[in-house]
Amino acid sequence: MSSVNEPSVSPGSAGVALADPPPTSQRGSGTGGASAAAVRADLRYFTNELRITFFRRRNQLLLLVAVLFPLLIGIGLKLSAPHGGGGGRGPGAGGAQYFSQLAGNGVFLTFVALSLLLILVLPVVVGVVAGDSIAGEAGYGTLRYLLAVPAGRTRLLAVKYATIVVWAVTATFIVSIVALVMGVALFGAGPVTLLSGTTVSLADGLVHVLWVTLYVCAAMAAFGAIALAISTFTEHSIGAIAASLIIVVASEVVENIPQFAPVNPYLPTNWWMSFDSLLRTPIDTTTLWHGLLSFAVYAALFLSIAWARFTSSDVTS
Amino acid sequence: MSEQANSAPDSMAELSGAHLGDKRGVVSPGDSSAELAIASSALTKRFRGGQVAVDRVDLAVPRGSVYGFLGPNGSGKTTTIRMLLGLAFPTSGSAEVLGVPMPEGTTRVLSRVGSLVEGPAFYPYLSGWDNLVRYDAADRTAVAATAKSRIGEALERVGLTAAAKKKFRNYSLGMKQRLAIASALLVPRDLIILDEPTNGLDPQGTREVRALVRQIAGEGITVFVSSHLLAEVEQVSTHVGVMRLGKLVFQGELAELRRTAAPRIAVRTSDTVAAVEVLAKLGLADSVVTDDLITAELGDAVPEKITAELVHAGVGVRGLTVEAPSLEELFVGLTGEGFDVER
Repeated sequence: MSSVNEPSVSPGSAGVALADPPPTSQRGSGTGGASAAAVRADLRYFTNELRITFFRRRNQLLLLVAVLFPLLIGIGLKLSAPHGGGGGRGPGAGGAQYFSQLAGNGVFLTFVALSLLLILVLPVVVGVVAGDSIAGEAGYGTLRYLLAVPAGRTRLLAVKYATIVVWAVTATFIVSIVALVMGVALFGAGPVTLLSGTTVSLADGLVHVLWVTLYVCAAMAAFGAIALAISTFTEHSIGAIAASLIIVVASEVVENIPQFAPVNPYLPTNWWMSFDSLLRTPIDTTTLWHGLLSFAVYAALFLSIAWARFTSSDVTS
Repeated sequence: MSEQANSAPDSMAELSGAHLGDKRGVVSPGDSSAELAIASSALTKRFRGGQVAVDRVDLAVPRGSVYGFLGPNGSGKTTTIRMLLGLAFPTSGSAEVLGVPMPEGTTRVLSRVGSLVEGPAFYPYLSGWDNLVRYDAADRTAVAATAKSRIGEALERVGLTAAAKKKFRNYSLGMKQRLAIASALLVPRDLIILDEPTNGLDPQGTREVRALVRQIAGEGITVFVSSHLLAEVEQVSTHVGVMRLGKLVFQGELAELRRTAAPRIAVRTSDTVAAVEVLAKLGLADSVVTDDLITAELGDAVPEKITAELVHAGVGVRGLTVEAPSLEELFVGLTGEGFDVER
C-alpha cells in the first residue's frame, strides 16, 4: 500500500510519464502557440473523421450506386431519343423541361441527373451518413469514449456536421461530373441552348453547370443538418436514417397535393429543384435567394436543435 | 420503490458514517483539490422514472490510491462513473475530478483521465491501431507528432502489438478489453478510471488486468476501479468504497474495512441461558442465541478464559470457536445477498 502511494514522478508535471519521450512539455504552452496548436488539433480530428467516412466501405458503395444513376439515365435517354432531331421529348411526361434539350446537348444530362437524383438518391446518400453520424457512435458505444477523450460535445458536433457537408458536396459533384462526362460522351457537346431560348457558349454552359451543382450542394447540406439533428435523438442509426428520409418523402408528397399549396414555400424540399432558374437568362435570382434562404433557415434551425439536444442530454449508450 | 431504496440501508449508512467521520480530517471536501483525485458531495442521479440510481454519494478518492469501487450490478457504480466523466449530468450534488468541477470542466480535465466505461467500444470495421488513432485524434491535447510512438507503446503495454492491424471485429473479448485499456493509456494520465475491467475475462485475463493495474499504480497514477467482485480488487486496492442501492455504505482504507470484521465467539451448548449469563458477566456484547448456539462479540476477551469461566459455571460446552468473518462475508453483509431483490 505504501509503495503505491509513493508517486514516482516529479510533482507539478501535467501527467505521469508513461511514455519516456517528452509529450508533457508540449501540452498547453503559451497562449499564442496554444491557439495555433488547438486549430491544428481540430484539423487533425476533422481530417481523421473525413478519412474514416470516405474510407468506410458502406459509404463508398453508396457513392458507387449514386454514380450508376447518371449512367443509367444517360443510356435510357439515348435509347429513347429520336434520331437526329433536336426537339425529342424525354421519357416521363411530367419531367422537367430540360429533358427535351438533352438530345441536342450532353451538358443537359447534368441537370436531368441532378433533378432526378434529388428526389431520393442524393437524400439517401447524405441521409445515411448524416443520420448515422451521432446515432451510429451511440450505437457502437464509441460516443462515450469520444466524449471521455474528451472530444468536447460542441466540437464533436461541429466536426460531424463539417464532415456531412464535405460528404454532401462530394456526392453532388461526383454525380454532376459523371453525368457531364456521360452526357458529352453520349450526346456530344457544343453551345448550350438555355431554357429561355438563348444560346451560350459551351464554357458559359459549364459555368451554369457549376452554379446548379453548388445550389444542389447547399440543399443537401441543409438536409444534412436535419438528419444530424434527428441523429442526436436516438442510438439506432437506422431509425435516424429512415426518419430523415421519411421527412423528404412526406415533404414531396405534400408538395404535390394542391390543397396544401400555401405551406409549400416552407417545406424542406420545396426549393431543391428551383435551380432551373439558373438555366435561364437573365437568371431569376429571387427564386434562388428564396431557396438559399430556406436552406439557411433549415440548417440553422436544425443545427440549433442538434446542439441543444446533444450538449444537454446524458449519454447512456 | 425508491422509498425502500432510501430507507433500507440505513443501518449500513450509520456504520459507514462512523468510518467517514474518522476520516473527515483527511478527506473533507474543503481541501479536496490538493488531496483528492475524485471528490463528490451529495452526488445524486434521479432517472426520469423517479428511480434514484445514485443517492447522495460523497466520494473521497485520495491521490495515488488504488480505489476499489464495489457494489453489486445495478447499485449505481456505472452511473456514478458516467457523472464523473461528464457523460451524465447529476440531478443534484457536485463532483470534482483532479480538483476540477464536473461536468463543467470536462474538456479541461479529462485529457488527464484515462477511462474504460461499461466495456470496450470501438469501430468494428477499423483495426485496433486505427481505432486508437481515432480516439487520439479527437484529443485536443494529444500531440500528433508523437501519436505513432504513443499508440505503439500503449499497444505493447497491453500485449496487442501483433494484433494492431487486425480488424476490431475479429478481436477476442480479452483483446477488446485490453485495447480499451490501451486507449486509456494513450497519453500520460493522472487518473485512470476502470469500470469493471475484468468483466467477461478468463482467469488468465483477470490476472493480466490486475498486474496492469498494479503497474499503473506503481507509477503514481491514481486508479479508480469498479467491480462487483471484492476478490478482484482486494489484492490491488488501498481504499474501497462500497455501493448499495445507490448509496455509498462504506468508504475508507481496505485495512479499515478489515478491522470492522470483529471476531465473534461461538459457543455450542445445551444450557444456553446459563452460558449467556456467563458471557454477559465477562462483558461480551451482542450475544445472539439460535437453538443451541450462542454467538457474541469477542472484544478484548481471551477465549481461554471464557472456556474456563463456562466450565467453572457448570455449563456443558459442546463446542467453542472464534469466528472472524472474511472480507467477502463483510462485503456481502454491506451489499446484501444479491440478485437485486431489494430493488
